[in-house]
Amino acid sequence: MTDNGSIAAATWEQVELARHPDRPYALDYIHAIFGNFFELHGDRLFGDDHAIIGGPAALDQRTVMVIAQQKGRTTAERALRNFGMANPEGYRKALRLIRQAERFQFPVIAMVDTSGAFPGAGAEERGIAWAIAENLVALAQARIPIVTLVLGEGGSGGALGIGVGDRLLMMEHSIYSVAMPEACASILWRDIARKVEAAQALKLTAADLKRMGLADEIVPEPSGGAHNDYGMAADAAGAALRRHLASLEAVAVDRLLEERYQRYRRIGAS
Amino acid sequence: MFRPKTRYVALPSPRAGVGEEIDRLKCPKCDTSLEPARLTAALGVCYRCGYHFRLRAPERIAMLVEPGSFHEEDQQITATDALGFKDSQPYVKRIEQSRASTGVNEAVTWGEATIAGQPLVIVCLDFAFMGGSMGAATGEKITNGMERALHSRLPLLIISASGGARMQEGMLSLMQMAKTAAALGRLGAAGLPYISLLTDPTMGGVTASFASLADVILAEPGAMIGFAGARVIQQATYETLPEGFQTAEFLWQHGMIDLVVPRPELPAVLRQLLDLYVKNGVAEDFELQPQANASAPTPAVRG
Repeated sequence: MTDNGSIAAATWEQVELARHPDRPYALDYIHAIFGNFFELHGDRLFGDDHAIIGGPAALDQRTVMVIAQQKGRTTAERALRNFGMANPEGYRKALRLIRQAERFQFPVIAMVDTSGAFPGAGAEERGIAWAIAENLVALAQARIPIVTLVLGEGGSGGALGIGVGDRLLMMEHSIYSVAMPEACASILWRDIARKVEAAQALKLTAADLKRMGLADEIVPEPSGGAHNDYGMAADAAGAALRRHLASLEAVAVDRLLEERYQRYRRIGAS
Repeated sequence: MFRPKTRYVALPSPRAGVGEEIDRLKCPKCDTSLEPARLTAALGVCYRCGYHFRLRAPERIAMLVEPGSFHEEDQQITATDALGFKDSQPYVKRIEQSRASTGVNEAVTWGEATIAGQPLVIVCLDFAFMGGSMGAATGEKITNGMERALHSRLPLLIISASGGARMQEGMLSLMQMAKTAAALGRLGAAGLPYISLLTDPTMGGVTASFASLADVILAEPGAMIGFAGARVIQQATYETLPEGFQTAEFLWQHGMIDLVVPRPELPAVLRQLLDLYVKNGVAEDFELQPQANASAPTPAVRG
């Protein structure tokens, strides 16, 4: 029991690190890794969602399409970014960028950092589930390499809505879960206070995902966490992105798509 | 988690045998005590107020397909506890209990069948099995159904009833969303039609993956359909939710589904759709009238 308790405590520490208020967010990584980032706005249907950002950027000698979930640091920015919880417009903007990337043959770099899609009445009215589902198909079929990097929190369908690709990389102290521990505790125990237990049971740390064969690589963070040295965290992330992108670019696109299909197809295959 | 509610109605079906004895069944909507025989004859729709009771997968399939035409696949596939998950009780025990109480091995049943003379693949989720939640085995069976449709070039009908991704299998559950969506992408690219019927309730990761990715989306009256649950939304936003929020009718008004279909009308609607999407648009009682297009420039008319 003590053993179990200490494992749960260690897992919870990872959850708190993934959510650390000083942790670098997508724009911190984008400005450190890429040059010439030009942010594109709006889904051309309804509005512009600041919880998901994106646009073309330079990485070495090529242009890539960056799509990322962005949290805010100040109170005002947190409100603007809706705490990184996207509405349908965010996913539809991402879809617009995926299609554009495909047309120009820009590889996609997706950065995941959200506790989940926004649970709001408006999001439901405008089809949040429809928007996420459509992205799953678009990403599965996009004829360009896609590398996903989880920066902090990977929360449920809201993360997956920009998270399907050829590689899944995770920052060392990031988490990725079918539901955030609080939501899981509320569903299974009807008690949010059981979140620590839930976190352990969910197997949501980067190490857990690597062990389950879902994550391809864990990107090392500076001692104590990425918030201690943004430059070092971004350098490690940049190096991993370059390496995986280069290996994917060497693969013929039909094979790339078949491998991407099989990557998901084999999860849970009997 | 999902407490079993007495909202199922057992209907006689060739597979399930005679329906369970229900002496007095109360309609959860209008509170009327219903006669089981009359309710069964009404396909599990309250004959007083029109409330649609939830159906078990075998009942639903028996109700829709031509008698004897259903050939079930993957019956033996069942959930496994890959994470060693334990909440108030171990997941392995939960699986065992669900299997015992429902008589099925997973939250989905699929196979080939014939509807209105048209062979198709039918996939039906079962809310009675752990809230119809999608774990790895569930996603595997659904994907097998999709791939069968693809390889046998058959239309696909999926009937959803699910609380969403299954918590007890963690990320393996979440990834079934990507897996099923990817398979549907291939089905769509191959030009095979997919009809999705959303029934009460269809929520979370199931709505946000295969259930909403159909060429035609139908829903049963009053079905609750959405992504986040109303309770979660209220806790997060303190919003007052509009009347009828997340009902099938609400979604239809917002352009998310094509048609709300009362259960007795479903066979006719499916027949019409299969005619249109599979038999290339020519119904039996419809004759092409070339002269109707006489005003259009027709230098090269194709047969």
